[in-house]
Amino acid sequence: MEPRTSVIQKRLKNINRIIAVASGKGGVGKSLVASSLALHLSQKGYRVGLLDLDLYGPSSHIILGVKKEFPTEEKGIIPPMIHGISFMSIVFFTEEKPSPFRGGDISNIILELLAITQWGSLDFLIIDMPPGIGDETLDVIRYMKTSEFLVVTTPSKVAMGAVGKLLNILIELKKPVLGVIENMTMTESSFIEQTVSRVPVRYLGRIHFDETLEESIGNPDRLSETKAMKDLTVLLQKIDL
Amino acid sequence: MHEWALAESIVMATIEEAQKEKLKTITQVTVHIGELQQIEKEIFLFALNELAKSQKPPIKKDAFQLKTDKSTLTCKNCGETWSYSDMKKKFNETESESIHFIPEVVFVHARCPQCGSPDFEITKGRGVVLSSIKGVR
Repeated sequence: MEPRTSVIQKRLKNINRIIAVASGKGGVGKSLVASSLALHLSQKGYRVGLLDLDLYGPSSHIILGVKKEFPTEEKGIIPPMIHGISFMSIVFFTEEKPSPFRGGDISNIILELLAITQWGSLDFLIIDMPPGIGDETLDVIRYMKTSEFLVVTTPSKVAMGAVGKLLNILIELKKPVLGVIENMTMTESSFIEQTVSRVPVRYLGRIHFDETLEESIGNPDRLSETKAMKDLTVLLQKIDL
Repeated sequence: MHEWALAESIVMATIEEAQKEKLKTITQVTVHIGELQQIEKEIFLFALNELAKSQKPPIKKDAFQLKTDKSTLTCKNCGETWSYSDMKKKFNETESESIHFIPEVVFVHARCPQCGSPDFEITKGRGVVLSSIKGVR
């Protein structure tokens, strides 16, 4: 009998809202949106956690500039505090080595992380999701029943093709979707807005391509001052975040 | 003391199952501990006994029986089988500690001793499993 599922709800019970930042496609800026959202909420005075569930290619720690911090052990593991955010990632255990996990292993890792991480009381837990609708997405839906989704795409038709499938499955499963963010826009094309208008999900707007953004990776103070962060803040106001 | 979190999951699962089965008292709980997770048995048993106090239905004193399972790892590429104890000396303290927290990171820190493939599986002895519960209705 699997005992870990019994304790997960207890671990999450003092978390007010869980927001999974997701996309059907990789490389659209999910991790940056997730980290920026966590920073934004933390700067507003909320108690915020960030869980990087991209187990093959975790990157939130690079964006936040995590260096030597490590979880502490106390009746489980307590995430280290990074720029005011309780941060948990598989990278604390994999040390930047390649992570050749199969599907069943992914579910086991997620169960273990959810069972042993002591988040304490949080206003928001932000989840940086991997791309697609595989094990991680299904496990978040299964074990984190109150989770809401914030979906990210680029202006690309290729990205939107995969994002459309994610939206459809979330709608089918009646999961709350806060909206779709169009990231890295370089033109004023209305393709994404029109495509999203065909499903019962809100199009939140654009984050313009910011060529100075790369220089801010690893430096949350600078990241907070970027044009991309300012665009994101405007979009988040539409959903009261 | 990450053993405490795992003990908590065992006690909660035990109570859930006992309530489903309408047990009035829980007399025996058998827990298998996979070698790969390197659980400190004494700490784990202490945590189980502490957490078992004042549960409903009550868990009888000394109800927990712990059994250790030796691990088996099997290479999908060449079929070689081996155990964690065969290779644990190759891990440094940090790697060993990481496998203790998340047993699947063994795929990150180890390779098949025969062919060097990372594509192997944990066929036995991964972590903590609640095997059986006995009680009185």
